[in-house]
Amino acid sequence: MMAEITYREALNQALAEEMDRDDSVFLMGEEVAEYDGAYKVSKGLLERFDDRRVVDTPISELGFAGLGVGAAMVGLRPVIEFMTFNFSLLALDQVINSAAKMLYMSGGQISVPIVFRGPTGAALQLSAQHSQAAHTWYVHAPGVKVVAPATPADAKGLLKAAIRDGDPVAVMEGELLYNLKGEVPDGDHVVPLGKAEVKREGSDVSLITHGAPVHLALQAAAKLEKEGVDVEVLDLRSIRPLDVDAILETVRKTNRAVYLEEGWPFVGVGTQIISVIQEEAFDHLDAPVLRVTQADIPMPYAKNLEQLAKPSADRVVEACNRVLYRS
Amino acid sequence: MTHLYPPSPPLPDRAHARTLLRHMVLVRRFEEKCAELYTREKIRGFLHLYIGEEAVAAGSVPVLGPDDSVVGTYREHGQALVRGVPATTVMAEMFGKVEGCARGRGGSMHIFDAGTRFFGGNAIVGGGLPIAVGLALAARREGSAHRGSDGTRVTACYFGDGAAAEGEFHESMNLAALWDLPVLFCCENNFYAMGTPIEISHSETDLALRAASYGMPAWTVDGMDVLAVEDATRRAVEAMRGGGGPHFLEFRTYRFRAHSMFDPELYRAKEEVEKWKKRDPITLLADRMREGGMLDDDGMEEVEAEVRAEVEEAVRFAEAGTWEPVEDLTRFVYSEQDGDDGEAA
Repeated sequence: MMAEITYREALNQALAEEMDRDDSVFLMGEEVAEYDGAYKVSKGLLERFDDRRVVDTPISELGFAGLGVGAAMVGLRPVIEFMTFNFSLLALDQVINSAAKMLYMSGGQISVPIVFRGPTGAALQLSAQHSQAAHTWYVHAPGVKVVAPATPADAKGLLKAAIRDGDPVAVMEGELLYNLKGEVPDGDHVVPLGKAEVKREGSDVSLITHGAPVHLALQAAAKLEKEGVDVEVLDLRSIRPLDVDAILETVRKTNRAVYLEEGWPFVGVGTQIISVIQEEAFDHLDAPVLRVTQADIPMPYAKNLEQLAKPSADRVVEACNRVLYRS
Repeated sequence: MTHLYPPSPPLPDRAHARTLLRHMVLVRRFEEKCAELYTREKIRGFLHLYIGEEAVAAGSVPVLGPDDSVVGTYREHGQALVRGVPATTVMAEMFGKVEGCARGRGGSMHIFDAGTRFFGGNAIVGGGLPIAVGLALAARREGSAHRGSDGTRVTACYFGDGAAAEGEFHESMNLAALWDLPVLFCCENNFYAMGTPIEISHSETDLALRAASYGMPAWTVDGMDVLAVEDATRRAVEAMRGGGGPHFLEFRTYRFRAHSMFDPELYRAKEEVEKWKKRDPITLLADRMREGGMLDDDGMEEVEAEVRAEVEEAVRFAEAGTWEPVEDLTRFVYSEQDGDDGEAA
């Protein structure tokens, strides 16, 4: 059985179910309790649980992220909500220097089962500081896992898996996806970390992406279908652990690839994917792998400039055509 | 030092005074050996010595019980040894041997020992403070069945005066006070943030005054007098066990050695160091014990001999230790869960 719910409701269900299942799970962040969350992801949780399980914090990202790390070191399972990942840059010392390294530098004694979650990615006319993709800041550090659900089903399943995981996991939600509706399997729906999913099968070119741009990729694929081009869309879902097998499988199938992401191009996620492809599947390639990313600039406010800065379906179509030598 | 401390507490009984003395001598001799082994290149990396500040660890750490927790900095050998992390495994850690308390992954700056609830070894200035607040939050949840009774677990968090300039200091003090969490903030004010004097680091150099502004009890303590350290810690911990919330102790102390092994110490006068050495915490206690008829030359030599044997055994243990197998290079980046080999990512 499937129910059609929003991305927001899917995340809310994941939190509620995991908090029901395991008393050590608690949610902490700015406005998560009384206010029901800035994006209403935690709606009703304070009422259902209590203020020990759903904890409002001051505007203190570094402080409450580190507090979560400390609580996780002795076996609690904190879910730290960043109102947006933009503000989480203030907390990166605790994410990188404490959470990510604790298990290794303590010689395997002390693990940190913590979730950092919240919205990220390009928004609508929010300008430079409130409209950006945070994935690369987190995914760079060994010791952190990073997932980027694009659908309600993946949002629920990946958040549940993240909460159950024994290591720090950043769950990067799409800022513009909260109202997106989709079918979510009933029951205990868990999506394992590190498993990509083919969102659309195709044979001519592999369009690989993560997070919100999955929908842009599907739009571009629909356009190209009309031109007789059969696009395969691979949604990584997890960036760490990376499903290398799924990437290689689609590239070996189509022999051409484009990476689409909403982050900046310089040492972005796509550079890592291209590195994997050229190391492991060089002989299968019929064309260089191209990328479509945000422009290499802080996000502008003006609508016309913002549109130019973001990846668009047209730019994805153009990149696919180029690797097919159709342009 | 212009601050007036309360009079030093009376001497405790002989056995207890001797324990305090022995802890300080252990830390002193252990670290002198570390410095020697550093020059012989047995120990590498950064090595920050605690010499001069021993009264703080010796006076405060033993006040804690086994269910309490300790969070230290990169200058944490003293707290670790007094907490009961074996000198053998601390030394092996500094040698980088797999028998070390963190399997040689951490070295001098990252002593971890889950068994004694010793949670680092955190080498980013200020980084341990929010972690300590989180440990206290967890402790309160675990102890919630008997909240308000003597069941309150305390988390002692050590940090220097330099950390008080970090945003993490402010955030942690605010969160601990706001939520009334049992954190004992132990500020080891040695008057220098590496080479920068406190007057150049802080607009308000009375750190206890700053702590008090968060609404928690905060006292300035003579950090060279182990009896004063112990007395203040006891009073704070008792208040916390009774539900008194976070406390702040500013231990005014002094490091006799350089900041680290790479520090030429051009920022302070030799006379200043010599002046502080006249208040050497070991000598201060030993002299009082002698005056009180609790210690003579033979008694002191007995302590030194015990410590010498313990340090020698630590060095032997570390020398005999083995290197972690190279196959384990990537082990513990991720935890080994559900049949995962820990290297999936």
